[in-house]
Amino acid sequence: MTDSLYQEVILEHYRNPRNFGSIARATHTARMYNPLCGDDVVLTVIIKKNTLSEVAFFGEGCAISRASASLLTEYIKGKKISDLRKVNQSVILSLLGIELSPIRMQCALLPLKALHKII
Amino acid sequence: MIDVKKIKKDFPIFEYHPDLVYLDSAATSLKPRIVIEKEIEYYHEYSVNIHRGIYSLAERATQEYENVRTMVSYFIGARDPSEIIFTRGATESINLIAYSLGRQIVSRGDEVVTTIMEHHSNFVPWQMLAFEAGADFKVIDIDENGELKIKSEKAKVSLEGIVTKKTKILAITYVSNVLSIINPVKEIVTEAKKINSHIIVIVDAAKAAPFIRINVSDLGADFVAFSAHKMLGPTGVGVLWGKKSLLTSMFPFNYGGGMIEEVTLTKTTFRDTPYKFEAGTPHISGVIAFGAALQYLKTIGLDEIKTHEEELAHYTLEELKEVFGSNISVYGKTVERTGMVSFNLKNIHAHDAAQMLDEFHIAVRAGHHCAMPLHKRLGIPASLRASFYIYNDEKDADALVQALKKVKERLQP
Repeated sequence: MTDSLYQEVILEHYRNPRNFGSIARATHTARMYNPLCGDDVVLTVIIKKNTLSEVAFFGEGCAISRASASLLTEYIKGKKISDLRKVNQSVILSLLGIELSPIRMQCALLPLKALHKII
Repeated sequence: MIDVKKIKKDFPIFEYHPDLVYLDSAATSLKPRIVIEKEIEYYHEYSVNIHRGIYSLAERATQEYENVRTMVSYFIGARDPSEIIFTRGATESINLIAYSLGRQIVSRGDEVVTTIMEHHSNFVPWQMLAFEAGADFKVIDIDENGELKIKSEKAKVSLEGIVTKKTKILAITYVSNVLSIINPVKEIVTEAKKINSHIIVIVDAAKAAPFIRINVSDLGADFVAFSAHKMLGPTGVGVLWGKKSLLTSMFPFNYGGGMIEEVTLTKTTFRDTPYKFEAGTPHISGVIAFGAALQYLKTIGLDEIKTHEEELAHYTLEELKEVFGSNISVYGKTVERTGMVSFNLKNIHAHDAAQMLDEFHIAVRAGHHCAMPLHKRLGIPASLRASFYIYNDEKDADALVQALKKVKERLQP
């Protein structure tokens, strides 16, 4: 039996996502949608002085995409834009702490793609 | 009665994965040993090309290959083996019609009709044909039970207002690969031809051929397509049955070797059907092994298979409803279903459920099952589908239900 993808950290972020919602006075908004599985994520952020000061997300999707969004928003809050540009797939995987098949990788990367639309 | 324990011994995959609960036969069936061995036999003993050599090995290969054509014709009640064309799969069979016939007969202002419950392989070829020809693309909707909206008030099939004199093509699936519904294909064909005697009716039988006794002569359609791999045969082999008069008048789909009568610098003439549709070296070993699959199916009996998988699906559905109650949505009508159940657990994405079921060695399909228009119509991005075949029993259904309970415990927010 392979190790479960659904490690406690992922389940925990799935059940209690951080920064869930949207920011009314957001400076930037981006939405990413994967029609193949219906994962849908909207990222709203406030960027001031080259720093991402606030972030929130909402949307529907699987546990992997939601946990990934939750972990990502925690990770990027307060970071400089130049640092955010360096956030890539391996950062997401280390936040999630799991290996993913190519199909499920799409779920995990959806929030990151939304972030890259913004910055 | 199907002896599942005995049948499982015929499928080598269970020796490698004794715990496997395979509930994805609607995607592809597992393969019995005799099919695998028949394919190997060709490569070991007579792996030469067909329809070409004058030597005895070539004659044997040709004979084995052509025998299967005859077997298929008996299997589906075709009058003449030359009406059987081997393709790469149902998808290619349907594309063949769309290109070789569709593009000859459909023009601007005509209509091409299909249904919302089609697999993409019987939807997109017609959508593209209509788009290219400037024809109207009409899609028959479903009702709240998931059945096609083709019933008049007396519950008789009526295609009034759907099929018209301008409808050149009606493409319809025999069995929905999501909704577990068997369409009244014979009645649909009869009604369509009553309205427009020139209409060409294409039946996608990919999900029907594994368990329904098809009689193409009785069905009345012009073309029937299905795949070997969903009925115990190898991947890469499909069948297109067509009425001989149509096949004779159609142009080839592919040009190349094996389908030529004469080639000169100025023109080429083609062999008769079925050879003009089988350009190039076909999947010889696959076709020959498909013959072994047909024999195996015949030994068990399609009627027995149908009863077996319907009972299993019914049992599974009852168990699921009992355990999950209002926390489960089942798609398609809840009685008289074929051997599959498509559903979602409340607030749990199908991909998560399927991934977790894999941890219990349970293989189900999750996604849109190549039926995006239908999923959109149902208002869901994805569903879970458990489909059953001859090697499944109630233990598999129980394993699914028990594992889903654990999935719910872990994933429900």
